[in-house]
Amino acid sequence: MSSATDMFGAALAVVGVLFFLAGTLGLLRFPDIYTRIHALTKADNLGLGLICLGAAVQSGSLMTALKLLLIWILVLVAAATGASLIAQTAHGRGIPPWTRQE
Amino acid sequence: MAVFDLILGLLLVILVRKCLSITDMFGAVISFMAFGLLMAVAWVRLEAPDIALAEAAIGSGLTGALLFSTLGRLPHSETRQPLVPRGSGSGPGYWLVTGFWWAAAMVLIATFVFSFQELQTPGLGGPLQERLAESGVLNPVTAVLLNFRSLDTLMEIAVLLAAVVVAWSMGYVDWPARQTIPSPLLPGVVRLLTPVFLLVAFSLLWRGSHAPGGAFPGGAVLAASGILLLLSGMTVQISPRGMSWLRWVLSAGLLVFVLAGVSLMAAGFGFLVYPEQWAGNLILLIEASAGVSIGAMLLALYVGGEPDMAPSQPNNPVSRPQ
Repeated sequence: MSSATDMFGAALAVVGVLFFLAGTLGLLRFPDIYTRIHALTKADNLGLGLICLGAAVQSGSLMTALKLLLIWILVLVAAATGASLIAQTAHGRGIPPWTRQE
Repeated sequence: MAVFDLILGLLLVILVRKCLSITDMFGAVISFMAFGLLMAVAWVRLEAPDIALAEAAIGSGLTGALLFSTLGRLPHSETRQPLVPRGSGSGPGYWLVTGFWWAAAMVLIATFVFSFQELQTPGLGGPLQERLAESGVLNPVTAVLLNFRSLDTLMEIAVLLAAVVVAWSMGYVDWPARQTIPSPLLPGVVRLLTPVFLLVAFSLLWRGSHAPGGAFPGGAVLAASGILLLLSGMTVQISPRGMSWLRWVLSAGLLVFVLAGVSLMAAGFGFLVYPEQWAGNLILLIEASAGVSIGAMLLALYVGGEPDMAPSQPNNPVSRPQ
């Protein structure tokens, strides 16, 4: 039983890491600042959520799970705010969003 | 885990190299902050959560904010200029110096590796655990910082205060500072998060007696909260009376520390030698005042100069540079 929850937690963490990988790939490959922020913030937030969930499952204690949830919520707020500020500053400076070349 | 440690160590070396060799200052600051974060992870791997907390809060977070505010003060063209003129990094002088440092580092590493067998793994951990009961706290790091080696901590706080004094003596900054707020989002989020920051800061202070935490991480979180408030356009009008209060708050940590030491001396114990039954309370008092002072001092360093109060101050003969 305990090893089953361990495996489940590890699987959640691995899926979370895959989301981080996807976000990093987006940061490296996407053409402009807006699309990069989009990829990074969305994918990493979900990835961190899954890793926190995995760690919570592995810890098996409600207190630790609640602390991990709090960490995830705080990072969500900080990341969303940061991404929005970066995008608005870029927009305010007149950096044009990327459009497909004809 | 060994593979993870190896990658971590390699990344640290690569980041240091990047931080020192990159030619634009903005990139250097980013590399430095990334280095600080990875360094905190490295301290966690070395099972030193206290240092990890301090490194993440001060080494990466606050130093990053200080460096960014410095960059913001430089003329825009200067921050993007290459730091090193091209052409350096070759020639016999360069290779002589680099070779010397490489040789020195190699000798150091070799000595370290050879002396590794003789190094006792816990270091001073054993004697510390034996005397932990008489220190008044349960966290061995706090016991060292505020009891057994409290003079060192006193000096650290004195150095920080001296830095603030030097920063203030360099000149005035406009106060209240005019900030351009890019969107109402930041003030809203900061309003939401400030209570959380305060809670975390004082929880870190309080936890210091029995768990990783203490005055420096707590003060750093306090200062970070202040920096966020300043960035989101919160301004406080400082009256001359408020200014003198601010000076007391800035120096409270050092004052309480020195007063405690001197009064212990007068009571016949010796400078900062705590009697066992008072040690816990004394450490709490010193750490609380030091934490608040450290927060105020770090924030003052971020502001970067003495706040320039309203010009209606006839009794101040100092001419204000523009």
